[in-house]
Amino acid sequence: MSDAPLIAGRTGDWEVVIGLEVHAQVISKAKLFSGASTAFGAPPNSQVSPVDAAMPGMLPVINAVCVEQAVRTGLALKAQINLVSVFDRKNYFYPDLPAGYQISQYPRPIVGAGEIILDLPGGRSRKVGITRLHLEQDAGKSLHDRGADATHVDLNRAGVALMEIVSEPDLRSAEEAGAYMRKLRSILRYIGTCDGNMEEGSMRCDVNVSVRRPGEPYGTRSETKNVNSIRFLMRAIEYEAARQIELIEDGGAVVQETRLFDSTRGETRSMRSKEEAHDYRYFPDPDLVPLRLDQAWVDEIAAGLPELPDEKKARFIADYGLAPYDAGVLVADRDNADYFEAVAKGRDAKLAGNWVTVELFGRLNKAGLGIGDTPVSAEGLGGLIDLVAEGAISGRTAKDVFDEMFETGRGAAEIVEEKGLRQLSDAGEIEAIVDRIIADNPGQVAQVEKNPKVIGWFVGQVMKATGGQANPGVVNGILRKKLGL
Amino acid sequence: MAALTDLTLAEARAGLAAGDFSARELTQAHLAAIEAARALNAFITETPERALEMADAADARRARGEGGALNGLPIAIKDLFCTRGVLTTAGSHILDGFVPPYESTVTENLWSAGAVMLGKANLDEFAMGSSNTTSHYGPAINPWRRAGDDRPLVSGGSSGGSAAAVAGRIALAATGTDTGGSIRQPAAFCGIVGLKPTYGRCSRWGIVAFASSLDQAGPLTRTVRDAAIMLGAMAGHDPRDSTSVPQPVPDYEAALDRDVKGLRVGIPAEYRVDEMPEAIDRLWQKGAAWFRERGAEIVEIDLPHTRHALPTYYIVAPAEASSNLARYDGVRYGLCVEGETLSEMYEKTRAEGFGDEVKRRLFIGTYVLSAGYYDAYYLKAQKLRTLIANDFRAAFEKVDVVLTPTAPSPAFAVGEKADDSIAMYLNDVFTVPASLAGLPAISVPAGLSDDRLPLGLHVIGKPFDEETVLRAGRVIEDAAGFDTRPEGNGA
Amino acid sequence: MSIDKATVAHIARLARIALPEDAREAVAGELNNILAWVEQLAEVDTDGVEPMTSVVEVALPLRADEVTDGARVEEILANAPRREDGYFVVPKVVE
Repeated sequence: MSDAPLIAGRTGDWEVVIGLEVHAQVISKAKLFSGASTAFGAPPNSQVSPVDAAMPGMLPVINAVCVEQAVRTGLALKAQINLVSVFDRKNYFYPDLPAGYQISQYPRPIVGAGEIILDLPGGRSRKVGITRLHLEQDAGKSLHDRGADATHVDLNRAGVALMEIVSEPDLRSAEEAGAYMRKLRSILRYIGTCDGNMEEGSMRCDVNVSVRRPGEPYGTRSETKNVNSIRFLMRAIEYEAARQIELIEDGGAVVQETRLFDSTRGETRSMRSKEEAHDYRYFPDPDLVPLRLDQAWVDEIAAGLPELPDEKKARFIADYGLAPYDAGVLVADRDNADYFEAVAKGRDAKLAGNWVTVELFGRLNKAGLGIGDTPVSAEGLGGLIDLVAEGAISGRTAKDVFDEMFETGRGAAEIVEEKGLRQLSDAGEIEAIVDRIIADNPGQVAQVEKNPKVIGWFVGQVMKATGGQANPGVVNGILRKKLGL
Repeated sequence: MAALTDLTLAEARAGLAAGDFSARELTQAHLAAIEAARALNAFITETPERALEMADAADARRARGEGGALNGLPIAIKDLFCTRGVLTTAGSHILDGFVPPYESTVTENLWSAGAVMLGKANLDEFAMGSSNTTSHYGPAINPWRRAGDDRPLVSGGSSGGSAAAVAGRIALAATGTDTGGSIRQPAAFCGIVGLKPTYGRCSRWGIVAFASSLDQAGPLTRTVRDAAIMLGAMAGHDPRDSTSVPQPVPDYEAALDRDVKGLRVGIPAEYRVDEMPEAIDRLWQKGAAWFRERGAEIVEIDLPHTRHALPTYYIVAPAEASSNLARYDGVRYGLCVEGETLSEMYEKTRAEGFGDEVKRRLFIGTYVLSAGYYDAYYLKAQKLRTLIANDFRAAFEKVDVVLTPTAPSPAFAVGEKADDSIAMYLNDVFTVPASLAGLPAISVPAGLSDDRLPLGLHVIGKPFDEETVLRAGRVIEDAAGFDTRPEGNGA
Repeated sequence: MSIDKATVAHIARLARIALPEDAREAVAGELNNILAWVEQLAEVDTDGVEPMTSVVEVALPLRADEVTDGARVEEILANAPRREDGYFVVPKVVE
């Protein structure tokens, strides 16, 4: 059950119902049914096989890795793997669809029902259903801006494997939709089946939005296609919900139609004015036979799944004692989580977590870098933390050292030695200094007996005497003992 | 020189091996014959230069003691097979100018075996037809004429050009494709042998697709032995075709002359259609007698769903075709008729590029797959297909082969049956069931009609049992003693 | 099930084949002939019969994930009626 807020319309409250269809490009070297490359950014039509160009007599042969990736994704979504599935032809005409049909899966997809857990603010979570996942071919690219009266077609992308992941209409707010996309992307990146790069188009999203009075049946929905960022997705949902509510409250009716999101205006608009509803004339592709999977093979893939975000988060909370929020931040990206674990190994996990999420991530974000480009390695950061833990440097000093490490890529110990930042922690040495100061300042000693806060003056003196390098904790401890506080 | 074109494939093979003549001489003889027989309109594209180059290469191989099973033998290729660097039209205006950058697997196999390409043979447009009168390039003409009648006759279809070339002795053999009877029926009309292998026996890669679950490549030849030789070279598993079956290719010639004692030959009651001409019925019975005389057993069988086969085919094949032909849109190859909008370009290109019969089938196919009709038509037809296949499976528990006539009539005149689609479709009534069930089948010329036109007998076998089908074909050929030379050659 | 002129127009549109208004009646007639003939299948009892999923008993072959094709722009574009700068060209599509 969602606790998303209802939307207040003019005439009462409304519930917004959202379903997401995500098209995720499968990570594989070659295309789903041909041997052409899937690499991004090649010159036009240089990664096209005659099969992709739908030349006469060409036939599809399915890529084993693409099948494996779909199964792996299904397992990561805790979904039903259908051991028998069928490829169907979805027939329609468009220049970036050379055959005049797309090979997809309709009534019998490779993966059935599953679920995703949303991580919501305030540490809340919500389970959302996945209806199905199927494999299909991507289309080529039509470029409308290269000529005045012409559209230019590049088939490099035609035939790349896509996983279409359909959610149940369980989402109830733009925020939930955003959380869904973030979680899905995280999972796909964890298992290496899609890089989730929405800007580059390797993960695309169509969103179905409808509104209803709470408790009423579902309203008519609109479909907004190809939203290419989570921010735009949320904006599109908000716009659509508002548009539909206003439309209904004004006495109109929502039309089932396809819309596009205009990112400059932050609005959705109808795609084509008199576009007839597509009749795709689905039928099983006669160039293929049904795909039959071995349960043993599926089990092998399951056994090879890495620890998934939810499991990792739970383990971080249990084993490292991290707060759910911090654990959530760390596990969102597998590389971040791995980095953290390398730092936390054999060290104070909370301290490690803090250094990673606050200091490191802060610097990385500011520099526009990802964990893959960090100038400070996990080993390096660990070294810095060790110095603090031993008392070799103070926490304050450590921050400065870290800045230097980030700028120069040099190690903590090297910087500390060179700059003479080593903290004085030797109790004997500090005791000697404390004794001297106490001996030299009987007046203050008398003061502190009356007013314990005066210990601060003594601390200051010790710091002055040690050039600021005495370990404050040790100093405090010795002073208290010597002054009988 | 004329004698060389009268040889069978096997005889020419022997002649080359014995050094009686060279591959170049053999090819030259055929090139001359092609020129002399242009009236047959058997070829859309002739490839004389390439043929001579290939013949010379074959001679060179022979001199080195090398050479495959078909080394130096000149053949015709139905213009549905994509041939690298050579115009491939599928008999259609919409593929104007299309030169494929790839070679079909079947023709690649033939070239690897050393065969020589004489040219691309005429066919019904996109293999849709049983008369070769729907070709954009005009009808292929049957070398046979009715006794005392001058009118040109159809060579059958869709592999009409292939059949005319082989019967007209301007090619030693030809490739064809068979979807509902397109190899067997023209073979029967032209008095030659035509073999449709089991579905999945030959690769479909590089063959312009008509109906994917039915199309199958096969040979047209003058003798059964020749068909065995051709099939041996054409057949084989192809990893590029997902419907290709990884079944080893046996030596089809080896089993040819084994006797048929104890062979169980099924005669299906349901094939005895009312309108069947007497001459054909008589020939059918004669055929059964020939088998009986040689020690085979004749068994009456039932194939109860036979009469539903043609309508089933005319739902399934057009449906698949409507999808397979969607790629012909003027964008990447072939004819492009300009339009102000993309839609206009598509619609004008396809309206002008496709002939009437193709359009008719595309309309039917689109309709039967469309929303609301899929269950009643396509799904229903696929269920019928299961029933038809089950009929054969049950029958093959009791028999080894099934014997039927090939066609319900001999060749008809060009222009006859032209206005009546269904009359045209009925040409395939005997051949379609084996196509729907994916079974191997052969047509062997067995006798003459009252008009002295060839009539064929048709043998259907079990999946991948082409050996028994060929053996049975040999029985008919041997017993009939049919002279495959067209009387009053129509050239 | 009879096809009328409007349905013919709709089918022709789905199939992207231009069909002039005055040809629709004749085409409807032809199609109705054929449909009336194939309609007989409705009489056959097919309860419990599975539709044929493939003629051959063969498992769907799986291909290794290797790049074995592509890098042949000229071959891909050579037959194109209109091409420019490595692209196929069609009349502008308005979205």
